Amino acid sequence: MHTFWFCAVAVMIAAYVVLDGFDLGAGIIHLFVARTDAERRRVLESIGPFWDGNEVWLLAAGGTLFCAFPALYSASFSGFYLPLMVVLWLLMLRGIAIEFRGHVENPLWRPLWDVVFCGASTLLAIFFGAALGNVVRGVPLGASGFFFLPLWTDFGVDGELGILDWYTVVVGVAAFATLMLHGALWVALRTEGELASRCRALAGRVWWAVAGLAVAITALSFLIQPQLWVSYSARPWGFVFPAAGVVALLLVRAWIARGTAAAFLASCGFIAAMLVSAAFGLYPYVLVARGDARLGLTISNAAAAGYGLQAGVWWFLPGMVLVVGYFVFTYWRFAGKDQV
Amino acid sequence: MNTALGIDRFQFAFTITFHYIFPQLTMGLALLLVILKTLALRSGDEHYNRCARFWTKIFAINFAMGVVTGIPMEFQFGTNWAQFSKLAGGVIGQTLAMEGVFSFFLESTFLGLLLFGEKRLGAWLHWFSAVAVFAGSWLSGFFIIATDAWMQHPVGYRMGAGGEFELRSLRELLLNPWIFWQYLHNMTGSVVTASFVMAAVGAFYLLTDTKNAYGRTFVRLGVTAGFVSSALMIFPTGDGQGKMVAHHQPVTLAAMEGLFETANGAPLAIIGQPDTDKRKLDNPVVIPRMLSFLTYQRWGAQIKGLNDFPEEQWPDNIALLYFSYHIMVGLGTIAVAVMTVALFLLVRGRLFDARWLLWILMLLFPLPYIATTAGWITAEVGRQPWLIYGVMRTADGPSPMVSAGNGMFTLLGFMGMYMLLGILFLFMIYREIERGPGE
Repeated sequence: MHTFWFCAVAVMIAAYVVLDGFDLGAGIIHLFVARTDAERRRVLESIGPFWDGNEVWLLAAGGTLFCAFPALYSASFSGFYLPLMVVLWLLMLRGIAIEFRGHVENPLWRPLWDVVFCGASTLLAIFFGAALGNVVRGVPLGASGFFFLPLWTDFGVDGELGILDWYTVVVGVAAFATLMLHGALWVALRTEGELASRCRALAGRVWWAVAGLAVAITALSFLIQPQLWVSYSARPWGFVFPAAGVVALLLVRAWIARGTAAAFLASCGFIAAMLVSAAFGLYPYVLVARGDARLGLTISNAAAAGYGLQAGVWWFLPGMVLVVGYFVFTYWRFAGKDQV
Repeated sequence: MNTALGIDRFQFAFTITFHYIFPQLTMGLALLLVILKTLALRSGDEHYNRCARFWTKIFAINFAMGVVTGIPMEFQFGTNWAQFSKLAGGVIGQTLAMEGVFSFFLESTFLGLLLFGEKRLGAWLHWFSAVAVFAGSWLSGFFIIATDAWMQHPVGYRMGAGGEFELRSLRELLLNPWIFWQYLHNMTGSVVTASFVMAAVGAFYLLTDTKNAYGRTFVRLGVTAGFVSSALMIFPTGDGQGKMVAHHQPVTLAAMEGLFETANGAPLAIIGQPDTDKRKLDNPVVIPRMLSFLTYQRWGAQIKGLNDFPEEQWPDNIALLYFSYHIMVGLGTIAVAVMTVALFLLVRGRLFDARWLLWILMLLFPLPYIATTAGWITAEVGRQPWLIYGVMRTADGPSPMVSAGNGMFTLLGFMGMYMLLGILFLFMIYREIERGPGE
């Protein structure tokens, strides 16, 4: 039952990153690929019907985490207090930038929101990456099951820890590049003409950075987190996940020039495979303790009591079927290039 | 206030108060949108579709504000109330996760279709999108009320070995008797807000002699829905909710009413200021025996006063509780009075020429917002000093590792951010109203 909920939360987080990832990515490239007001409007239209629903995955994943693993939810949300609040503010700025940009015809109004949209998307990608880096690196959990991290200390991965250190910053940059690629492929898919070809060209260049950073963070992660060795040597079949990531990334390369749906889907696969690889490598831990490993939170000691988890399955699975239905319906209804 | 506990409480109160400005409009407006879309579908009159499109735009701005200010609410359980979340997550995590899975997805998906899909979907599916948005937002309200109801009146749980609250019955959690009246009272309140806003915009168009056709439709729908919903606020939903409080939280009732002395035939205070030091109500204007009658339908029924409860069980801010309750009831009464007169004139066909009343309708749009906020303050301050009524104190709930300094940092951050959001919001709404429904 614990493993079921672990997988459920992992899948929801992966769904969030893959889905909100493309609209964050669209925000990252917004200022660079779209030059005129008309082009920028087309970038925004390409995510218009979707971004809000994509963001719901974050809320739903948070809620499910709260429900199934209250100790993990409370420890991580209070421990990552400062970066989470910054993320909230960035999500707000980004949301209103998308929502309010189109309402006023003014030569100052729109460029202002374009910059806010791009800047907030960029910082969010880096922060989400750094958050993943923190989870992989581990946090200084105390005996009470809580911890608190300042934003940064001396940028080292040992001693007194901060949210940002050299490792988590590298993961943040990797996330930034990955979502940039992801967003460029999405916009290329949804638009036509010069804008689409600029996106394809950008994606082609960014791909090399993504490939290099993916290799780098994989090596660094194994270097600083011994639990990864433990998991992968105990269950070597798990290497199928990183292998799938490699294949997906190569497929992106192969299909990139055409900017088709296939390249975008391969990018989705790459992101999901990277996240699943990390989750698999940490299992059964959900939050590794840096220092005394016995203080780490696992799927058992962080989980809610048995009845609630069982009762939850009865509404969670039908609920998810509905959700998948909505998403298939929306993406099907809004399929194809956006009409200019 | 300088302690981490004080800042955690103030930050939650501040962010939830600001947040609830937006859902209270969207939940009620969702119902009015369904009515407009249904009128359009049944009459085939494009006028109603243009009305619906205009209100969908207002809805979307409010919805976006509701989403961005709502995410911090879900996060704050973990960030600022980690001890509470750790112990109670097995219970309230259920309703909060259900809200995410069952209502947020429904709402956001179909709002996207409502906003962007009119051409792609056709009339029926577009109507259905409005219904789905309505269902999603009212379901969302249900899960939040269920969460709050459990904190007001915990049911369906047992205590675990480590002091955690373990869910014992999902059915009991979702059928908590506290939910029934609180949900109806709250949702009816959101219809009151939407009705007042719609009537105010309509009155604005009529008074400025612009877009008169729309003005008449908005006033007609706003006043009709406003009369029905304001009346339902007082009876039966407000009455039912009051009786729940009287039965399960008698000390809260005494504090809300500023009743210190236990009395057979307790008076209802209309005006007065509670003085908790001298334990009396200053400058009282009261209706004798009325409180006993309203609570128990017997003029001589006994109501226990604050003096007969130990002080450590008193709500910790009796003055705020007393005033917010009285403001809620006072404004609620004014709402019914105004809407009754307006409906009377509407039925007689004289409302659109009664400029004095249109002025009142236009200026009164803040009234339901204030009343609703005061009502929620009554509910939440009334629950104090408990976080979970009778079993967990608020002082035991905050995050043990988050310092007052970090709390102050984010509290000020939220204040700055929300000031910016508030200014932008008013600006956007004003522009949309000025532009009005398109031709």
